[in-house]
Amino acid sequence: MRRFLRPGHDPVRERLKRDLFQFNKTVEHGFPHQPSALGYSPFLRLMAIGTRSGAIKLYGAPGVEFMGLHEENNTVMQIHFIPDQCQLVTLLDDNSLHLWSLKQHGGASELREEHRFTLKGPPGSPPSATQVTAVLPHSSREVLYLGTESGNIFVVELPSFRVLEDRTITPEAVLQRIPEDNCNRRSCELVEVLREHPKNPDQILIGYSRGLIVLWDLQSNKATHHFLGSQQLENLYWQRDGSKFISCHYDGSYTQWPVSSDNRQSEPLENTVPYGPFPCKAISKIYWQTTKNGLPYIIFQGGMPRASYGDRHSISVIHGSQQTAFDFTSRVIDFFIIFSSDPAAEFDDPSALVVLAEEELVVIDLKSAGWPAVHPPYLASLHCSAITCSHHVSNIPLKLWERIISAGSKQNIHYSSMPWPIDGGTNIAPDPPQRDLLLTGHEDGTVRFWDASGVCLHLLYKLSTVKVFLTDADPNDNMNTLGEDEWPPLRKVGTFDPYSDDPRLGIQKIYLCKYSGYLAVAGTAGQVLVMELNDEDAEHMVDHAEADLLQDQEGYRWKGHEKLKTRDGPVRFEAGFQPFVLVQCQPPAVVTSLALHSEWKLVAFGTSHGFGLFDHQQKRLVFVKCTLHPSDQLALEGPLSRVKSLKKSLRQSFRRIRRSRVSSRKRRGGGGNASEVQEANAKFDQDALQEMELAPVQRKIEARSAEDSFTGFVRTLYFADTFLRDSSRHCPSLWAGTNGGTVYAFCLRVPPAERRMDEPVRAEQAKEIQLMHRAPVVGILVLDGRSTPLPEPLEVAHDLSKSPDMQGSHQLLVVSEEQFKVFTLPKVSSKLKLKLTALEGCRVRKVTVANFGSCKTDDYSENDLAVLTNLGDIQIISLPFLKLQIRYPCIRKEDVSGIASCVFTKYGQGFYLISPSEFERFSLSTKWLVEPRCIVDMPEVASNNHVHKSGTENAARKS
Amino acid sequence: EFRRFSLERSKPGKFEEFYGLLQHVHKIPNVDVLVGYTDVHGDLLPINNDDNYHKAVSTANPLLRIFIQRKEDADYSAFGTDTVTRKKNVLSNVLRPDNHKKKPHIVISMPQDFRPVSSIIDVDILPETHRRVRLYKYGTDKPLGFYIRDGSSVRVTPHGLEKVPGIFISRLVPGGLAQSTGLLAVNDEVLEVNGIEVSGKSLDQVTDMMIANSRNLIITVRPANQRNNVVRNSRTSGSSGQSTESSLPSSAPNVLGNLQGEEESDEEDIVIEDSGEPQQIPKAAPTSESVESLSQIELLHESTQNGFLPSSEMNLNHSAGSISMEYEAPEPGRKSLEEDGTIITL
Repeated sequence: MRRFLRPGHDPVRERLKRDLFQFNKTVEHGFPHQPSALGYSPFLRLMAIGTRSGAIKLYGAPGVEFMGLHEENNTVMQIHFIPDQCQLVTLLDDNSLHLWSLKQHGGASELREEHRFTLKGPPGSPPSATQVTAVLPHSSREVLYLGTESGNIFVVELPSFRVLEDRTITPEAVLQRIPEDNCNRRSCELVEVLREHPKNPDQILIGYSRGLIVLWDLQSNKATHHFLGSQQLENLYWQRDGSKFISCHYDGSYTQWPVSSDNRQSEPLENTVPYGPFPCKAISKIYWQTTKNGLPYIIFQGGMPRASYGDRHSISVIHGSQQTAFDFTSRVIDFFIIFSSDPAAEFDDPSALVVLAEEELVVIDLKSAGWPAVHPPYLASLHCSAITCSHHVSNIPLKLWERIISAGSKQNIHYSSMPWPIDGGTNIAPDPPQRDLLLTGHEDGTVRFWDASGVCLHLLYKLSTVKVFLTDADPNDNMNTLGEDEWPPLRKVGTFDPYSDDPRLGIQKIYLCKYSGYLAVAGTAGQVLVMELNDEDAEHMVDHAEADLLQDQEGYRWKGHEKLKTRDGPVRFEAGFQPFVLVQCQPPAVVTSLALHSEWKLVAFGTSHGFGLFDHQQKRLVFVKCTLHPSDQLALEGPLSRVKSLKKSLRQSFRRIRRSRVSSRKRRGGGGNASEVQEANAKFDQDALQEMELAPVQRKIEARSAEDSFTGFVRTLYFADTFLRDSSRHCPSLWAGTNGGTVYAFCLRVPPAERRMDEPVRAEQAKEIQLMHRAPVVGILVLDGRSTPLPEPLEVAHDLSKSPDMQGSHQLLVVSEEQFKVFTLPKVSSKLKLKLTALEGCRVRKVTVANFGSCKTDDYSENDLAVLTNLGDIQIISLPFLKLQIRYPCIRKEDVSGIASCVFTKYGQGFYLISPSEFERFSLSTKWLVEPRCIVDMPEVASNNHVHKSGTENAARKS
Repeated sequence: EFRRFSLERSKPGKFEEFYGLLQHVHKIPNVDVLVGYTDVHGDLLPINNDDNYHKAVSTANPLLRIFIQRKEDADYSAFGTDTVTRKKNVLSNVLRPDNHKKKPHIVISMPQDFRPVSSIIDVDILPETHRRVRLYKYGTDKPLGFYIRDGSSVRVTPHGLEKVPGIFISRLVPGGLAQSTGLLAVNDEVLEVNGIEVSGKSLDQVTDMMIANSRNLIITVRPANQRNNVVRNSRTSGSSGQSTESSLPSSAPNVLGNLQGEEESDEEDIVIEDSGEPQQIPKAAPTSESVESLSQIELLHESTQNGFLPSSEMNLNHSAGSISMEYEAPEPGRKSLEEDGTIITL
């Protein structure tokens, strides 16, 4: 192959290739995997999220986002914005500090790491001496206070990270002015929290883990007040005027302390255990927010009764007599409150509660009655139910777009109408060139419609197929039906719900016709639903048909799951896509391929047993074809997924064990025991890894034969109006490709529109092609007389495509996992081929025709094949001559699920999952590029007013 | 004596029926005979199973000349390609009896029952420490029957001796094609697959390449046991079809264009039109429109096929120094679709 490409290539073509193709990973959509830290700057109105893999992501107004990655790939433990600056400091779990800043470059802001620093103790000191536990960026913007495990508080200068040794606050200095009978050296072990006085920047509040709280004066360098808490301290928060502060504790209590000039040792004003009297879990963070009407908001994390609700992840909001414990489905990482940032304002007047949970971001509107949730414009939890498939539709007509949005808005009425409160920065990216939809199918039987036009992947509409079926779960089962007097007053929030009632509901294939609004979805239990967009609620029957794909084959027993039971009688559907036809394949194996022709009103579907064609106009099964090889027992007996699911559940339980191990590692201050356990774990992991590497891996070399398993598995279905029988007449046709390298072509007779209901659609097998290399057929395509791929159904009718050339001879392109082959039509003779696997050892995983436009001229574009291989490489292959144009490494080859999840768009972009919750967007095109471009300007700073609270706005993350 | 009769070309039926027909036509119902035909090249080829019978019928142009010999007094050596050359060899054997002494002619069974299953090729262009083995998978139901693994080997590099990752044969399945040839052994290092170097490729990649080429697999190995290497007697001997490549440096990779070319021919896909009979998909003549920039590929393919194919295959027989071929009896009565159109039936 190489020698064909090497010499004599055309410099004109090479130049054109540069104008057409370019590879970029542009933006990550969705929710960051394993978030570990949260920060917020009220000054910039930007939020920062750190992850366990060392990524840091900043979000502001929709479209404003930045991403950075710590080289160390260590867990981000804390994030602190420097008050009134475009800078932030991160603390990683390797005890390193990193200074990041937003700088303008070429008209847009960029996030860059400026400095890194690790606190070093005197020689011979234990590591705990410098283990940073609390960070306070001072409002002077000149120094950082670093509380450590040893109880020392170090002062480092910004941005140089120079340690100002003479200003270190040692436990000894702190204890000097505290009566000895109350405290000893041990009281000052481990600084839990540092808080600057809201009005007086010279005073900082130091909270030690064992309960001692000290107000330290920076000018006189001595403790002015001390407060003796009896319980282990978790966190502190100043009241806005600085006259009081509140502490929260390990035993689930919180305490108010007065700060008065006359009393150096105050007694608590009030000590409350909100969910007592039985033992409660720790309150790890607390806010005290004042309001104009006098009633404060007390907002805290945790504190649930240990025995009955100890497993809940909650944040409670108390405002006068109102109290709600927001109940999250995943662990709360951290939260913050958005409140009046105007330093002159007398009250906090909180407007929103922003909670970062492990699997989603939840924002609660605190201003509206009932505290409704706010619909986030980004950070969508793609994985609220596991993604099982994706489908991308480019260039949606405005009409359909509006109808989908309108259907979606009816689903979102329970959301607050509050504008998105995190609105820093300015999005300066050009408007997206077109309206694109990304459809994701989920394990729970839903399909989510995402606006994938721009940088923010935004949920437009959610479709559920569950209503058509009778499942074990009662659809009216509502988790929130708690009585009035229920205590604690839990309220479920968020959308993350990883539990599927019935895995058979899972969506496997989606096909949307953007012109007609017909949608076909197919699932795990052989169900195929055809739907139509309806702007109103409606109650109607769903026509039901069964397709027996085994036909008259005898003696086979399906040992897999049963088919789904359908609901009798009419079903009420909300506005949106409403199913009107249900076809159930028998045996109910997972649907492996799907095609819809909205003009002919036909839907084709395939499983591991065969494929069928259904006329959804007349609601009649046209034909079925069994593709099974008689010896293929595996395919007959049951779904692959059964074996897989066992494996999967095993894997998951291991993962759970591993996760608990990881989280135990994250705990700090646990003493020597924990670190020993940690070491032992690490050693165990390493040993396990080594063992794995030593195990001899060998691969069997064997030719594929017709008797191999799953050769009948239908991989691809394709409708084409082409010359199947003779070169004078073209006709509708259906093509199917199998795992065993067989291509079937059926000639269809679709009655003309005026007799469409009167005459049946007929089908007749016209061709069967067996590829001798027997590799799975993953793509079938017909090229017209001009060698252009045939347009989509209705594309020509809507004047969006030239009519295909029916004069010249058509060609058939068959893409197997190993080769690309072009055949002539109607007489099948082989014309061209490109071998991939035999020469390069890689296999085709995904293939699509993409249109590439030149970035230089508007009037040139061409169609090529975009191919993703099992090695994670993307190759662009020209049409119709099958010449490799260019190759880019895209996904790690070990990332099997990433490769499996990849979808290409029609215009040379693509998406793949980089984690269960995140899509990476990439572009192969110079012309179609969607990437964030935004500016963060320094807002006007009120002169010399340092009484901003921004610095105190970040809190130490608790385990 | 001659008989002339007609057959329906599109429905040749089974070999046994044909055999019966011959016995009937010649009125020799209970005589065992050996059936042969002349192909387009004038070679006398046997007809003894459905495959070569169909092949014979399909190549009839339009007449098919069939030779029938009584089995007892049949001359086996008459069969084969290059029959003419062979005859010469037979003659020379007779003239020089010392040849016989060296290798006494042992008749094991009828040669027409044999197929090539493996060969050592390119001996003249490879270093002596390497061995290029070709496994003929087609037409046999034997599994290829071997496994490969990751490992490391020592290479001489500019920085001295260095350990580099390599791919090795890890297991031979008893009774498999690989084992039965005796040309591959456990711990042989795999260097190339069908002319593509494997260095830098992962085990999975090499696996996929081998499987993709499994119908005509050519593996270049460095045998773990270096004592059985073919010793080259001289540069001049053993010039076969491959020697056209000998102008290339002997270590050059990717010289196997000819081998790929051959492979093309035995890999034709099959089409069934309107539920009729399976047919081999022919190659479309390159149309004028496609010639422009595509011609490069097409023409090269064509030339490799047409240029090397006929000579490379069977000429190997008599280039004794460079080639050894093995034969294996096929299991009778088995056939499958994909055998249609294979070209080599000895």
